[in-house]
Amino acid sequence: MITLIDYKAGNLTSVRKAFSYLGQESVVTDDPGMVRDAQALVLPGVGHFSTTERLASSGVRDAVCEAIGRGIPFLGICVGMQWQFAGSTEAPGTQGLALFEGACERFHTTLKVPHVGWNQIRRTSQGAKSRLLEGVADDSFVYFTHSYRAPVVEGVSTVTTYGEIFASSVERENVFGVQFHPEKSGDTGLRILKNFCDYAAKRSTR
Amino acid sequence: MSTGITKRIIACLDVTKGRVVKGVQFVDLIDAGDPAELAHLHATSGADEIVLLDITATSDARPILIDVVRRTARQLFVPFTVGGGVRSLDDASALFDAGADKISINSAAIKNPDIITQIAERFGSQAVIIAIDAKRKVWDAPGTATGAAVSTEGTITAEVYLAGGRIATGRDAVAWAREAESRGGGEILLTSMDCDGTRNGFDCPLTAAVAKAVNIPVIASGGAGSGDHFVEVFKAGCADAALAASIFHFGIHDVRQLKAQLQSEGIPVRLPC
Repeated sequence: MITLIDYKAGNLTSVRKAFSYLGQESVVTDDPGMVRDAQALVLPGVGHFSTTERLASSGVRDAVCEAIGRGIPFLGICVGMQWQFAGSTEAPGTQGLALFEGACERFHTTLKVPHVGWNQIRRTSQGAKSRLLEGVADDSFVYFTHSYRAPVVEGVSTVTTYGEIFASSVERENVFGVQFHPEKSGDTGLRILKNFCDYAAKRSTR
Repeated sequence: MSTGITKRIIACLDVTKGRVVKGVQFVDLIDAGDPAELAHLHATSGADEIVLLDITATSDARPILIDVVRRTARQLFVPFTVGGGVRSLDDASALFDAGADKISINSAAIKNPDIITQIAERFGSQAVIIAIDAKRKVWDAPGTATGAAVSTEGTITAEVYLAGGRIATGRDAVAWAREAESRGGGEILLTSMDCDGTRNGFDCPLTAAVAKAVNIPVIASGGAGSGDHFVEVFKAGCADAALAASIFHFGIHDVRQLKAQLQSEGIPVRLPC
């Protein structure tokens, strides 16, 4: 069972639909107790970084930290991945989880922002053994829509270029993050979500 | 340096009464098939996104057919936009619940621009597409997409229409696109009413005028008839994406073949797909 964290920002239907297509049961909650007891956690997200403030005030943030500490698989999508960094200049007062170093910043580019559309992911040396990307070819296309991007630091598994090089996915132990939307990225995205489900299933039967 | 981002090819399903239809310049509708089947077909044949527009919801003053949206979304794993008859935040919420990733608003945004901000604040700007149906006010060469339809000041003048092209607003398309962006719109879907259904090519000068006026993606629509038209609208029209309906529905064009042509012209596309 995958627990999808609802923080009243954006739309969870597409992510649920993708898990359902993969034959994976999921449940949506904003209850810290359910988050704490989850077998696997997904934080989908679109919109403003400041919306993650609700996760702190509701107690979900502490529950997520506790679950991660116990080794529960955790996947952050889009703002959900950005939240795994220290913060974002989009909402300077809002603290991220700081599981990865550095803060997200607005794109430094003369190109149009937001970065909307299909772009390619390329593994870093650390991404070579990524469990999330198993079976996904380098330079595969995935769908992005965002204005802020995460820095390329320790733990980054793929990078993407849009005027500059930024982190398009991260991975460390049981924590995974993708800046793009796997639920909207065709077969490549479904494969990534399936890899997460498989990892979560293996862990829960251990 | 390559930007990395690709130009998007969007397949559009114009739907009325639950069936996909195709008209010429917004009238004379003919049946083109089932929305769920066609959406899936387009996605597997390489379309980067699917747009479903309920083209008579506004003129019939009824809500969008939610069950059609739900059925179409079920097995669709590329971005899916739904529009036509979205009048409120509640309408938009119902579409997102049914599986839409983005909603497209047209008439309601003109009548009540605050709705753009409301939906953007709740679901994010990326989920709000402002659809603009525009008709040139001046044509030096009527009926052609490349005619220099410019005002005496040298700027392109096109008027915004509502309700599937039935009501003129007196609003300037470029100015409205700018305002829509400032209110939180995430993309502009610009349909040239002059070119729509003609298969004579997109309105490249108008598309370029809008694309240069805003900093959000502009989707060109209306007039696609050949691969060359897509090349033109991505180059001269500065479009970020191009949308078409009939050329895909009736199998005149294979999306992969179209993308191969674009790639050979130096336009970045998602290929293989």
